[in-house]
Amino acid sequence: MDYNLLWFVLVGVLFAGYAVLDGFDLGVGALILWVDDDHDRRIMYNAIGPVWDGNEVWLVTGGGALFAAFPPVYATVFSGFYLAFILLLFALIFRAVAIEFRSKEPWRWWRRGWDYGFFAGSTTAALLIGIAMGNIVWGLPIDANGEFAGSFLGLLHPYALLMGATTVALFMMHGSIYLHMKTEGQLQARVRTWINPLIIAFIVCYALTTLATLLYVPRMTEILRTQPALFAVVVLLALAIANLPREIHRGNHGFAFLSSCVTMFLLMALFGLGMFPHMVYATPDPAHSLTAYNSASTSRTLHIMTLIAAIGVPIVLSYTATVYYIFRGKVRIGKDSY
Amino acid sequence: MFGLRPMNVEFLARLQFAFTIAFHYLYPPLTIGLGMILVMMEGLWLKTRNPLYHNMARFWTKVFGLIFGLGVATGIVMEFEFGTNWATYSRFVGDIFGSALAAEGIFAFFLESGFLAILLFGWDKVGPKMHFFATCMVAAGAHFSAVWIIVANSWQQTPAGSHLEIAGQATPLGHVFQAGELGKARMVIDDFWGVVFSPSSMDRLSHTLVGAWSAGAFFVISVAAFYLLKRRHVNFAAASIKCGLVLALVASLLSLITGHDSAQGVAHNQPSKLAAMEGLWETRGAVPLHPFGWVDTKNGQTHGPQFPAGLSLLVAGRTDHVITGLNDIAPELRPPVQATFQCFHLMVTMGMTMIAVTLWGTWLWWRKRLGDLSYRPTHGFLMVAVPSVLLPQIANQAGWFTAEIGRQPWIVWGYLRTSEGLSAAVKANQIVASLIGFALIYLLLFVLFLFLLNRKIQHGPEPEESHELPDNWLGQSRSDSI
Repeated sequence: MDYNLLWFVLVGVLFAGYAVLDGFDLGVGALILWVDDDHDRRIMYNAIGPVWDGNEVWLVTGGGALFAAFPPVYATVFSGFYLAFILLLFALIFRAVAIEFRSKEPWRWWRRGWDYGFFAGSTTAALLIGIAMGNIVWGLPIDANGEFAGSFLGLLHPYALLMGATTVALFMMHGSIYLHMKTEGQLQARVRTWINPLIIAFIVCYALTTLATLLYVPRMTEILRTQPALFAVVVLLALAIANLPREIHRGNHGFAFLSSCVTMFLLMALFGLGMFPHMVYATPDPAHSLTAYNSASTSRTLHIMTLIAAIGVPIVLSYTATVYYIFRGKVRIGKDSY
Repeated sequence: MFGLRPMNVEFLARLQFAFTIAFHYLYPPLTIGLGMILVMMEGLWLKTRNPLYHNMARFWTKVFGLIFGLGVATGIVMEFEFGTNWATYSRFVGDIFGSALAAEGIFAFFLESGFLAILLFGWDKVGPKMHFFATCMVAAGAHFSAVWIIVANSWQQTPAGSHLEIAGQATPLGHVFQAGELGKARMVIDDFWGVVFSPSSMDRLSHTLVGAWSAGAFFVISVAAFYLLKRRHVNFAAASIKCGLVLALVASLLSLITGHDSAQGVAHNQPSKLAAMEGLWETRGAVPLHPFGWVDTKNGQTHGPQFPAGLSLLVAGRTDHVITGLNDIAPELRPPVQATFQCFHLMVTMGMTMIAVTLWGTWLWWRKRLGDLSYRPTHGFLMVAVPSVLLPQIANQAGWFTAEIGRQPWIVWGYLRTSEGLSAAVKANQIVASLIGFALIYLLLFVLFLFLLNRKIQHGPEPEESHELPDNWLGQSRSDSI
């Protein structure tokens, strides 16, 4: 059993799960200012109300799993991207308290203010996540000790910013499809008008990102050259994206959302395939790279972690599914709502 | 505490971690304690069918939601902060410490955050038994979270089930790192259960949990006492204060036992910490116990009242038991003495006060005078009970400061010093920026939290609905529920 490969995949699954779940929470946050009416905004908050907290746990667990399985990667990335991670924390804090505090008081300035906080926190978080991924793909300056040798501003290069924009567009698209599932009446009709432009925005960003990757980071597609059968992943991705407007047009909100989820998993899969076995690709000297094999915990730890995951993950998935099932259907504002 | 030091990376990193963890630690203990209270109240409702208990459960659940949200918001910071500011430490301990954190995510955070949805929003969506199950799961998740983080921290204090490796070679305890060696060094796990059941983990876990129960209990007691004094929501307040007193009684008395066990553990496993906690300089037998005092570090003396041979008795049950003093510990291996001494004694004083307040309230309950405002001892108790919410808050913080200051200079006892665990890639000015950001944001959050909490308390519970419940209501199925 190649525990290193297994945990490379599992950490990827945890972060992909985070993107799929908190992706729509952050997307809703980015969209909150697109409606003006207080009741409509409350509906949007309560569309994610019961589930956003559990969704965010995927980030915490993904980070914990990264720490446990690949401590040098966790250490180098988190300390190297210091200011970016601090900003991400501030953004996530604002997102969380905005949801929690916003509707607790009736005053217009209070609610409007927290709406801006919710928007800013969500959009900033999405942007920073994309910028981080863009930097991982591009490669980082890493010294012989495995430490980050660059600067914060150095992380804001065009490729990373493009990946940031793509992530914001992706989460907004995903959020709008989720909202379409959870709303009804006039609000749903409005949300419907957002979806196609957002799909287009995402596709344009993603096309640019793909071109830029092919041109400037060709090593990301190496595996598709050596194992052409994997091109099937690209085909599936194209089909999943193409299916989005198709399901929306047919009024199948649920399948549209499912296609959006599948799209995100496949995007992460391509990312993982392109990166493997590197977790932090070092420039200019790739010999300093942190890989799934040179930066892992001991096999005993990976084995213990596998047992923990084998016991814990199925339990988590089952009650998570149960909670989503209980809160299925359209949003209803009640006396306990946000 | 730190003295006047230049704005260097170590000072700033330690200050930031201390600040962020202290602020975070206002919330999880309340979550754990209130979780127990919610289980009690909702359980009583299911058992007695008295709508008063339902009302109590609904009110305290809303308060719970607010506190939980802040715990989450400030908690992610902690998980990231090991990597951002303590990267060398993270690489060194990841094989062990990382696993505990990942387990906390899988077994605790998902559980509490997942079922939180039903707890907060599912009252009308699922049946009463399913909702009670959700409440229990949230409380369980909060407790499990304590388990794993205490396991992690206890392994730092009393490492076990692991060994040191440098460049893949097993190296015994006591090694001093030469230049450049640390990059090739890490702690390696031998035995998972040895890590989980390290010498200090179970004592410290039980002590931390009862401290958390106290936090929740006194919070409820305080708010209920406020209502009783104002003669508002009297039935609600009387029933709530009793729930609080039950938990407070169990917690206060258990904190004596668990605290004693933990301190005996410290005497055995971390002698320099014990010496600092009690300001003991001379190695001797018949060591006195100070209820409070002042440490004169420069002259190696501790002033204040003493119970003769008290510490020797507590540690070993014998007045002649010899305890090592600070003078026999190398200066660079001593923690900051004054800070450790004062924090420890502050915690104990708060703890004793909590026991006194709890016994006072319990006596009044036994005498059936809890609601009688004209009875002087009742009025006095309620006046004291309102600010008593601060007692466990101060105790919990002081206790952790004792534990973490007392373990200095170590971040992994005997293996790695705190100064060795920093992030090499992070500059001082970056930490100044993040520290200022956290200070401003947390100040804002704290003010808003108190504001919203106060509004909620002033608003009070919904008017008690005395609706008729049908006979078979517990067995009724609801169209939307599981």
